[in-house]
Amino acid sequence: MKLRFEVSDEDFSLAGRASSELKRVLARLGFGPETVRRASVAAYEGEINMVIHAGGGVFEAEIETDRIVLNLDDSGPGIPDIGLAMTEGWSTAPERYRELGFGAGMGLPNMKRNCDEFDIRSEVGVGTWVHMVIKA
Amino acid sequence: MSDEAAANPHSVRLDPEKCVGCTTCIKKCPTEAIRVRKGKAYILSERCIDCGECIRTCPHGAKRAVSDPLSVIDGFRVKVAVPAPTLYSQFDEKCSVDRVLSGLLELGFDEVFEVAEAAEIVTGATRRLLEKPDAPLPLISSACPAVVRLIQLRFPSLIPHLAPLLPPMEIAARIVKERLHPGEEGVGAFFITPCAGKVTVTRAPLGYPRSALDGVIGLRDIYLPLRAAISQAPERHIARAGRRGLEWARTEGESDALGERRSISVDGISHVIDVLEALENGKLQDLAYIEALACPAGCVGGPLTVENPFIARTRLRNREESAPPAAAAPAYEPLEDLAWTKKVEPLTALVLDPDMLKAMVMMEEIELRASQLPGLDCGSCGAPSCRALAEDIVRGTAVESDCVFKLREKVRSLAKELIELEERQPPGLDR
Repeated sequence: MKLRFEVSDEDFSLAGRASSELKRVLARLGFGPETVRRASVAAYEGEINMVIHAGGGVFEAEIETDRIVLNLDDSGPGIPDIGLAMTEGWSTAPERYRELGFGAGMGLPNMKRNCDEFDIRSEVGVGTWVHMVIKA
Repeated sequence: MSDEAAANPHSVRLDPEKCVGCTTCIKKCPTEAIRVRKGKAYILSERCIDCGECIRTCPHGAKRAVSDPLSVIDGFRVKVAVPAPTLYSQFDEKCSVDRVLSGLLELGFDEVFEVAEAAEIVTGATRRLLEKPDAPLPLISSACPAVVRLIQLRFPSLIPHLAPLLPPMEIAARIVKERLHPGEEGVGAFFITPCAGKVTVTRAPLGYPRSALDGVIGLRDIYLPLRAAISQAPERHIARAGRRGLEWARTEGESDALGERRSISVDGISHVIDVLEALENGKLQDLAYIEALACPAGCVGGPLTVENPFIARTRLRNREESAPPAAAAPAYEPLEDLAWTKKVEPLTALVLDPDMLKAMVMMEEIELRASQLPGLDCGSCGAPSCRALAEDIVRGTAVESDCVFKLREKVRSLAKELIELEERQPPGLDR
């Protein structure tokens, strides 16, 4: 089954709603605790990234019995150097978010760590696309 | 245990006489475990975590926790009261802990063993767990039974973080039976509790097979007789627990007792859910300890208390100041038997169907039906939200016309059809 969420950056207090909703669905479908946890981390970090860096975007989840596929698509500024962005501790988060305890530079590495497949593509001025697969 | 208690170990029950079928409780339940059916609230027991939120919010006093009456102590040769430290917070500080405990003796108990003293032992055991190199940090306190059940039901991936230790009340009961009265017959240990969940875990323990307690008496039920008894009782020197044990009755108390700075103390079930959600999302990784308590201000805000939680907390703090740091008690070490002996498993009450493919089909239908409902979450259908109604419809426990708006739509379209039919003429007369 498919879930689709529009992620907005209008209200930061709502950030995390989509991943929380995904978690609610996964628990009702009967996925194991560890799968739910990994999907939660990947989805949450992805969602927060879209809010902080890209002004929001679209978050889709394709759920099959043996895997959860997460696709994130935004029309943000794009990432000039993906290799650098994947480095733990590297962050371009604006100061206002760092003050809130975000932007520690662990988002993308954490997403990758909790996935079985991870693909990221980005074009400056166009946007970023992230594809993640979590096997159940 | 009675058959009824075996079938439904939960302590929270409805008094059908008092329930008017309003929807206050269904909205407040953190696990969406209540529905209104036939004008009365109904608890889906497999989802209930005994947080007591419905007891606290019911404006008609129709929800209560079924605990034991004081007469439960009759028939025991040695009747030992095991009071939670919250008890002390229900009385003005001018009334010393010694006087409160002396009042218990006046009510018919022969001895008192303070749960606060056992709490100090748990603090020591927790400290040792935290120092282990392979500790699954952050450790989550397992003292609040509602939080343990919440984790089993909604955050099963966090089960390995739970501190696998017996709760202080259980340790207190074991000390009474195994250390103070070893091998004796007819010794009864009776917990005096502010907490509905503790009543339940005494019947259906989490992490151990059987409770050593012989009864659980709600603080609320014993309050008035105890007040009366205190005014008459000669004051005896009974209190031994120190500050570290007393602190457990309020938020931040466990962390204060541990002296652990890398900790979070959270109270109130909705805030607890937020913190657990953050932890499951990979946040809060630099913490060592999470003290999560379902009730506002901690156990002093328990549903079976009589005093306002914040007044009670202040009173407790004042008592802490005048108490010694730790109990001047004999140590009950070694206590390897503080650890859980039974695995705490995930609860599957929210899973739609054991067959995941079938569950997915159901989930898709829920999403579709939810999108067709008005989204007002008015509660008139007896479910806490439109989404919950959609889920109930798909699970087969509700129908679409339970929604008053859907019902009105249906009536309107029927009425329209009736008028159209009425306007129609037989072809011979239609000119």
